[in-house]
Amino acid sequence: MSEKQKKATAYWKENVRYLFILLAIWFVVSFGAGILFKEALDTIKIGGFKLGFWFAQQGSIYVFVILIFVYVRLMNKLDKKYGYNE
Amino acid sequence: MSVQTWTYILVGLTFALYIGIAIYSRAGSTKDFYVAGGGVSPLANGMATAADWMSAASFISMAGIISFAGYDGSVYLMGWTGGYVLLALLLAPYLRKFGKFTVPDFIGDRYYSKTARIVAVICALIVSFTYVAGQMRGVGVVFSRFLQVDIDTGVIIGMIIVLFYAVLGGMKGITYTQVAQYCVLIFAFMVPAIFISIQMTGNPIPQLGMGSTLNDGSGIFLLDKLDGLSTELGFNEYTDGSKSVTDVFAITLALMVGTAGLPHVIVRFFTVKKVKDARKSAGLALLLIAILYTTAPAVSVFAKTNLINTVSNEEYSSMPVWFKNWEETGLLSFDDKNEDGKIQYVADKTKNELTIDNDIMVLANPEIANLPAWVIALVAAGGLAAALSTAAGLLLVISASVSHDLVKKVFKPNISDKAELWVARGAATVAVVIAGYFGINPPGFVAAVVALAFGLAAASFFPAIVLGIFYKKMNKEGAISGMVVGIILMLFYMTKFKFGWFGGGTPDDWWFGISPEGFGSIAMIANFIVAIIVLQFTPEPPEDVQEIVENIRIPSGAGEATGH
Repeated sequence: MSEKQKKATAYWKENVRYLFILLAIWFVVSFGAGILFKEALDTIKIGGFKLGFWFAQQGSIYVFVILIFVYVRLMNKLDKKYGYNE
Repeated sequence: MSVQTWTYILVGLTFALYIGIAIYSRAGSTKDFYVAGGGVSPLANGMATAADWMSAASFISMAGIISFAGYDGSVYLMGWTGGYVLLALLLAPYLRKFGKFTVPDFIGDRYYSKTARIVAVICALIVSFTYVAGQMRGVGVVFSRFLQVDIDTGVIIGMIIVLFYAVLGGMKGITYTQVAQYCVLIFAFMVPAIFISIQMTGNPIPQLGMGSTLNDGSGIFLLDKLDGLSTELGFNEYTDGSKSVTDVFAITLALMVGTAGLPHVIVRFFTVKKVKDARKSAGLALLLIAILYTTAPAVSVFAKTNLINTVSNEEYSSMPVWFKNWEETGLLSFDDKNEDGKIQYVADKTKNELTIDNDIMVLANPEIANLPAWVIALVAAGGLAAALSTAAGLLLVISASVSHDLVKKVFKPNISDKAELWVARGAATVAVVIAGYFGINPPGFVAAVVALAFGLAAASFFPAIVLGIFYKKMNKEGAISGMVVGIILMLFYMTKFKFGWFGGGTPDDWWFGISPEGFGSIAMIANFIVAIIVLQFTPEPPEDVQEIVENIRIPSGAGEATGH
């Protein structure tokens, strides 16, 4: 494998690792907190919101936005590290 | 000034603005027409994507649906936003790096096959036509209620406006009008929401107002109040659903994956300069969408509580003016079953006397809350902006599918750029006319088919694109058989349970307890499995295709989008 290819493979591996972590969070806040564990979380109340209901109608969306911006930051750094930034 | 005058002024001003922008940003080449020349800034693209995505359904219908479905409505909130995470992480950057004009372009090149390209074109056309018919209808409804013209005239006015800027400006004109339309629609959605939030809870931020106590001195939380009112009238608790957990899970997943696979959203990411910009503009798009999507459930709660308080057990003769206005449109109806002159709004169908269309909740909300005339007019302008921006985006996908993917890539490869541009314009015109026809004569199955559009996108495009990027060895045989099985399975299930074909069936017969709306997730999984199994028995993709895949994984050197 050439030097160039090695670099590309290493970059791709790190990229995929980020994806796994971020998508795990994506899954936990929506399908986890908003659906599967909604009943259990609803016993906790924050202000007027039952927590499971809040995650389903508000919380998950806020986390989605944050996830994409975290991804943008991580990838910009990664691009720089491997010299793929332009 | 009256609501009517305000509406004419605001709608007139916004339309003049859209036309002005269209004339200013005419398309000079196919590249301008398909991808706005490829130099759109991430923020402009984010705003355009948000307007493109938020249709009449998001603006007019969604809050209403949630106010009647309560927790069950969460599937739309999570589904239609969570898809952007998939889009940003799994699709947008790589498709931008690939750098072509359309989604079938990617499928056709990555899977080195005309068959794959044609299958993709057919999917893109079905998805987009279904959608666009709904948008034209939305335009008609807004015109008929607020400007007192009939729905058909409304649809025709809408057609002329869209025709003007989509045909003249292509993607370039659409992008900049969508930026303006985003501003109009978000302002129009937020102003009444903030007004009502202050009125009901004293909190100016609707997202927080939803979880606050009522303003009437009782100290009761708004959501508790609504839960109480709902159970009193025999409905489920608002914060609890009636759908099964499995079904909520499946529908949410199907909508998320469907969102990420919709061609009119994906193509927006071909218009930015660099891979880095594609990622950033996906984030900005979701942020701008989230403003509306986190406000909508608050609007649902305000509107539902207001509605119950206004009508429940009150004299029909004492109803406010808006009640009569909406009765005339047929979206609201009262049938005094026990002849006591009062309105009984209850869960029991034999006793319930009030029928309310979902769409009223947003459109009538400012009137129900007694807001000033200009706010009511603003909602009309916002609804039109939402419907027109989405319609234009879809028309572009339709015209590009015909002129670029069929004419240029399949039938007439040596067509000149000028000629292709004219074919694109012609295709857009034909598409507007067909969409307008469906807007005037809406087929009864529109609502059913919209769910099908998401299911189809989930079952066809998403797996093919994701495998194309993340699985270098995926070959054409695998991808094509996956797409075909996914689509056929989805079509079979929808027609069986929605139209009663193949013996029909009731919700008791649903596979795994999953409704047709959620079945896209099963069809998507079937697509993945079939693709991977077929791959085991068929030859690897050629070396140069594997090189393309390696190349799109590296963000640098994206160059400009090109059709050649």
